Amino acid sequence: MTKISMTVNGRQVTGDVEGRTLLVDFLRENLRLTGTHVGCDTSQCGACTVHVNGLQVKSCTMFAVEADGAEVGTVEGQQNADGSLSTLQAAFQEHHGLQCGFCTPGMIMAASSLLKVNPKPTEAEIRHHLEGNICRCTGYHNIVKAIMAASGQDVSKIAAE
Amino acid sequence: MPKDSGIGASSKRREDVRFLTGKGQYTDDVNVYGQTYVHFLRSDVAHAKINGIDTSVAETMPGVVRIFTGKDFEGIGGLPCGWQVTDRHGQPMQEPGHPVLAQGKVRHVGDPIAAVVAETREQARDAAEAIGLDLTELPAVVNMKEALKDGAPKVHDDLSSNLCYDWGFVEDNKAAVDEAIKNAAHVTTLELVNNRLVANPMEPRVAVGDYNAANDESTLYTTSQNPHVIRLLMGAFVLGIPEHKLRVVAPDVGGGFGTKIFHYAEEAFVTFAARQIKRPVKWTSTRSEAFMSDAHGRDHVTKIELALDKDNNFTAVRTETYANMGAYLSTFAPSVPTWLHGTLMAGNYKTPLIYVNVKAVFTNTVPVDAYRGAGRPEATFQLERVIDKAARELGVDPIKLRRQNFITQFPYATPVAVEYDTGDYTATMDKLEEIMDLSGFAARRKASEAKGKWRGLGVNCYIEACGIAPSNLVGQLGARAGLYDAATVRVNATGSISVMVGAHSHGQGHETTFPQVIAEMIGIDESQIDIVHGDSSKIPFGMGTYGSRSLAVCGSAMVRATEKVIRKAKKIAAHLLEASEADIELKNGKFSVAGTDKSVDWAGVTLAAYVPHNYPLEEIEPGLEETAFYDPANFTYPSGAYACEVEVDPETGKVTIEKFAAADDFGNVVNPMIVEGQVHGGIAQGIGQALLEAAVYDENGQLQSASYMDYAMPRADDLPFYIVDHSSCTPCTHNPLGVKGCGEAGAIGSPPAVVNAVIDALASGGKNVGHIDMPLTPHRVWKAMNQ
Repeated sequence: MTKISMTVNGRQVTGDVEGRTLLVDFLRENLRLTGTHVGCDTSQCGACTVHVNGLQVKSCTMFAVEADGAEVGTVEGQQNADGSLSTLQAAFQEHHGLQCGFCTPGMIMAASSLLKVNPKPTEAEIRHHLEGNICRCTGYHNIVKAIMAASGQDVSKIAAE
Repeated sequence: MPKDSGIGASSKRREDVRFLTGKGQYTDDVNVYGQTYVHFLRSDVAHAKINGIDTSVAETMPGVVRIFTGKDFEGIGGLPCGWQVTDRHGQPMQEPGHPVLAQGKVRHVGDPIAAVVAETREQARDAAEAIGLDLTELPAVVNMKEALKDGAPKVHDDLSSNLCYDWGFVEDNKAAVDEAIKNAAHVTTLELVNNRLVANPMEPRVAVGDYNAANDESTLYTTSQNPHVIRLLMGAFVLGIPEHKLRVVAPDVGGGFGTKIFHYAEEAFVTFAARQIKRPVKWTSTRSEAFMSDAHGRDHVTKIELALDKDNNFTAVRTETYANMGAYLSTFAPSVPTWLHGTLMAGNYKTPLIYVNVKAVFTNTVPVDAYRGAGRPEATFQLERVIDKAARELGVDPIKLRRQNFITQFPYATPVAVEYDTGDYTATMDKLEEIMDLSGFAARRKASEAKGKWRGLGVNCYIEACGIAPSNLVGQLGARAGLYDAATVRVNATGSISVMVGAHSHGQGHETTFPQVIAEMIGIDESQIDIVHGDSSKIPFGMGTYGSRSLAVCGSAMVRATEKVIRKAKKIAAHLLEASEADIELKNGKFSVAGTDKSVDWAGVTLAAYVPHNYPLEEIEPGLEETAFYDPANFTYPSGAYACEVEVDPETGKVTIEKFAAADDFGNVVNPMIVEGQVHGGIAQGIGQALLEAAVYDENGQLQSASYMDYAMPRADDLPFYIVDHSSCTPCTHNPLGVKGCGEAGAIGSPPAVVNAVIDALASGGKNVGHIDMPLTPHRVWKAMNQ
């Protein structure tokens, strides 16, 4: 067992982990932050996407010990300070960008990463950025639309209103 | 003006807030004090005799609590099949046993052999690796036609062959159909494969078993679309636990698409093992395990013949299908290629004579069962492909050929045993032509050609039977259960309402839409109403969610229960207002006496029901809670027309979806936003089937597509925005809301549109290709165009 400590959603945390413990398991099992999900075992689905030191990371692909000393952000830390939904989260609700909700935390974390570096992404840029996040429910239509809306773009002309 | 609440409003989903903030409570988020973890040792070969299982080393490993094998389940029931098909000779299907853990033989890659229960997940996994297996590998059967040959290896030694059933429908029509095809002016024949798929909800399956020795009660937390069905099947048929000692909870479930309907070995195992070791047992599937243990979908090999007269009227359809059952019969597997497929072979057309033959076959593969659409996509695909092929052969416009043969009079009794109550196929086709801008296709094709791409247009129709199902009818067809549903409307003293529903929401948004219906009926705010679902200890009963049935069946039960509530509330209001019950009107949450200004609001009545100081106690009981069970009189028949435009790269065979439109008739719609979302998701899965997805076995029964690296899930950049419309509306005639169901339409309607479009694109490039089997990968398309 190795003792590690990190900042998760602004809170200092510590824990004892095995060398093989994945960051996602540390978040889910040790910290009980169960918003981060595991949808595959080959780093394809993106349900476990978090931020580590500001970068988008699949937390099933990183050992917990590698995140020792890091700043980690999860979906539980995405709301505004007053507890209300962030602009991105609110756009997902407004535009029905989620159904079963299982991929949603990963989608939110991936999309917020994109918007940080590209505040007004095109449809194609959004679709490309989500290449590592699989959703089985929405057909992506409303996810892409929600991200465009969250970035201030007019989505009223998009097909199927 | 769009409504902002009640029926017809795009109310925002209340469940979203918890999902968007990481507060969803999925089964893997459930942890019970003192829980252990199980790891299943699964077969890595398709077919083998088990000579011995040596657990002696594994048992000494750290953290191991107990190791179970098939021996521990001797004398305990196997997993039951919920549907018995009778074959064309009047004999029942062959029905093999399905043990919880393998006994004597393994029959597919992934078949569970042993289960290690340990203190941690890692310890269970480590110990499973130390189990010694002595297996004698046997030849495997994978190909269905090979499996039916004399001398083929048998999946089940105690059955006479690998044939589960040979079903004919309608058998009495066979001779007439054969005659009509013989005498037809034109017959179009198409042989095709409906590719095997894996449903792949993003949440893998999870099961947590708990046992309370104090009262001898078991609790199973599971990723299920129908917790009561699991309670019945597992309690009555597998473990012998009576319902009052068994609670099944399906909390937030991360997608189902059919594959979470069925009762699985892992559910029975954790419930059984928790009783044995007197501690909770948890199992969380990995994605790799999901690929080899979740029931797969589709996997039909079909020959269809369409006969036409000299005026291009359809005169007969004859089909022969081989349907893969896999190694065991999953819960509803036998019904999928028969009653959910044969009954839909009329499609939207007035073909007078139809004969469907289905041979269901056991192979050394994962069991196959219902996946979004279940039988109806298979019916739609072959019919809409053969019509397109016929149009091409006859040189007529495929849309015109369809329109000419549309059913236009309703109700319409098909020659395949169902009666469509309503529909307007011309209206959905008209709508499709409009929203797809079909008149602009020629210009778009030119623009594609200028880029060096071949553009194709594919159009098709679909019809499905949803709102599953009238119990007396499905009973005659072999169902071993009724398919009604139930709801309890519990009005609280202050007027808020809890509705316990048998439907289960795993993405469909019931927590939002069901309250919209009651809010409309009573005239109170939606926020006053909450839905309770997914817990057998909290809801009266329920058959769950599948077959686009939630609103049509369970919603109808909820309406009936609410009507009872309103009737009683009116009696109370009449008493409070000192008026005759017949004069009481309920509007906008207020009871008033017709023609007067006397009124009492909703909360005034509900409070009186629970604080009955001034109350007609001699006439009615206190309290305000009603339950209704609803058994539908018929299926519902959503229908529509879909169009797809593709570009094909002549150099590589790569297909891209350029434009996609769906014009559906779902009857009345409660929440348009959610309905459109359901269609989007269905279309994506249909495009996935058409272009990307395939569960592939090699000739030895090894599953070669057992991860997301090998099984191509549709991703955001594979798909376009979709144009969807549901303004064509012919309400269902036999349920109180006039609703038909929308969950499966997209997956049913889209694959033929995509394939028709690709064939059209190739034709525009001078390549006359009759058919390409799905998925239309660049390799397959390139090969077809270069043959």
